[in-house]
Amino acid sequence: MILVVAEHTGGKLAKASLEMVSAARSSGREGPITLLVLGHGVAGVAAEAAAVADQVLVADLSELATYDAELWAAATAQIARAGEAHTVITPGSRSGREYAPRVAVKLDAPYLEDAISLSAHGDALRAQRYTYLSRVTETVEASGPVVVVSAKPGAFAPAAPLGAPGEQYDIDLDLPERRVTITGRSVEKSSRVALSEADIIVTGGRGVGNAENFARLIEPLADNLGAGVGATRAVVDAGWRPYAEQVGQTGKTVQPGAYIALGVSGAVQHLSGMGKSKYIVAINKDAEAPIFKVADYGIVGDVSEIVPALIEASRR
Amino acid sequence: MKILTLIRQVPDAEARVKLSGNVVDLGGTTVVMDGMDEYGVEAALRLREAGAEAEIIAVAVGPQRNEDALRTALAMGVDRAVHIETEERLDAVALSKVIAGLARSEGAELILLGGQEADWDSQALGAATAERLGWAQLTWTNELHLNGTALTGRHDVDDGNESFETHLPAVVTTQQGLNEPRYPTLPNIMKAKKKELRKDDLATYGAAPSLNYVSAEIQVRARLNRVIDGKDPQAAAAQLIDLLRNEAKVIR
Ligand SMILES: Cc1cc2nc3c(=O)[nH]c(=O)nc-3n(C[C@H](O)[C@H](O)[C@H](O)COP(=O)(O)OP(=O)(O)OC[C@H]3O[C@@H](n4cnc5c(N)ncnc54)[C@H](O)[C@@H]3O)c2cc1C
Repeated sequence: MILVVAEHTGGKLAKASLEMVSAARSSGREGPITLLVLGHGVAGVAAEAAAVADQVLVADLSELATYDAELWAAATAQIARAGEAHTVITPGSRSGREYAPRVAVKLDAPYLEDAISLSAHGDALRAQRYTYLSRVTETVEASGPVVVVSAKPGAFAPAAPLGAPGEQYDIDLDLPERRVTITGRSVEKSSRVALSEADIIVTGGRGVGNAENFARLIEPLADNLGAGVGATRAVVDAGWRPYAEQVGQTGKTVQPGAYIALGVSGAVQHLSGMGKSKYIVAINKDAEAPIFKVADYGIVGDVSEIVPALIEASRR
Repeated sequence: MKILTLIRQVPDAEARVKLSGNVVDLGGTTVVMDGMDEYGVEAALRLREAGAEAEIIAVAVGPQRNEDALRTALAMGVDRAVHIETEERLDAVALSKVIAGLARSEGAELILLGGQEADWDSQALGAATAERLGWAQLTWTNELHLNGTALTGRHDVDDGNESFETHLPAVVTTQQGLNEPRYPTLPNIMKAKKKELRKDDLATYGAAPSLNYVSAEIQVRARLNRVIDGKDPQAAAAQLIDLLRNEAKVIR
């Protein structure tokens, strides 16, 4: 079987889960696609999962009320062994890429990380993945009785529901003690579309000038376009915007239909997080700024003059 | 207590990456210590400066050029270095076997390394190593304190950040925001030349690559590069919105 570890938040199945099912279907590997739902109070998630999977295994346990890398790895490896899975797929989210390597070591399996495509080559499973800050696309192959994969968010189209929902089975697990205690938690909520889901992203860089200008220029433009708001590291370091909005090597990787970069120089570490966007738009007062090299459309000008005009022109 | 800080040598971010045949060719490319690992070296030094009694050992697995990165770590203040020299490309699952073996033979209790490698874009080594050793792991740390064996701090998670508490032994991955790595001073660079840099043999760890590298390509997306002069902001803005609406059809 192909074991897919579902991702969910706030009692809802995440888009990443549908993407992983689609990765599983495209892998050319045989056997039923099984979604594993780990958590507590996840009946709703399991029902949503059943719409796309051949079967759903539900571990609805109080010990799993909050995520922990060791628990998730232990649970996944146990089920993979019991079900003799030949392929295990985890999300390519931060947490997914944190427990997937543990699963691989437990199963003595090779690990294809952050895959953007999957295909079968004889007995081997092939993946493409980005390397060198997303500048190189590599093809990597793994073989053996079981292979662990994490699927890059946004790389696979969300799977369509099956005609008949899959069966759901409750399972019990033998879980280790938690070693890490979480003593505080702050969730960075944005009132706008999440960066991972946004079709359009408006990002401000240091050239925006200050936090007030961000509120005055970037946010209204994003609102007019129904866009998510992004930021460069320079902006996050300066404390103008929360880290949740950072795009790049150490922030989020995004691939929207349009990425609008305002006062952003286009450093490699930033490009690494947005360089695969369908269209890139840049506004910068320096015609030589590297961002123009990767831009489809651009305006050479001062953001404080151009952006108010854009806000006006984009109002409908 | 012993702390291992893992470092790798990667192309400078500004350097152009090139291929020869279908593999990445680093010949002639400026290479530097991976910035993410540098935060780990600095974190180890700061834990000691904050009172932890620790011997700090920098470790690199890779080609000969890694020596430069190890020397930099020594000059930053690390006590000694171990270089497991190899031209072989070891994926994280294989490499974790080497690191876990070394951690056991050194009797280390804390391993620090960067959250994501700037060459292979992998986040897997820390977790794989923690699993082999049966240790706790914390990823994407941006605050770290050690009190006896109690490890506390903050780290980033999928949707925000968390404060955590755990105990040694542990593997911790580091990132921006944790600290500002120090520059080695000239006297320290001189002193570093006398510090031990031990060569170790990969063969003793019994690690074999678990992946087969098929090919690499550089896909440069052709961009339209349509640049508008912004001297007349209203006209430029109207033109851009028109292009996005009617040519690219990405906004309504
Ligand atoms: C290990 C590591 C990880 C990193 N990770 C990330 C990451 O995840 N994300 C990230 O973004 N960066 C990252 N960086 C930092 C990156 O190298 C750059 O420093 C950063 O992206 C620069 O941000 P910026 O473009 O906002 O600022 P700058 O580089 O300062 O650029 C500002 C731009 O604004 C233009 N400008 C100024 N005033 C105006 C104006 N009035 N109107 C129009 N244009 C104007 C300037 O011409 C300039 O091009 C990382 C660096 C390292 C070492």
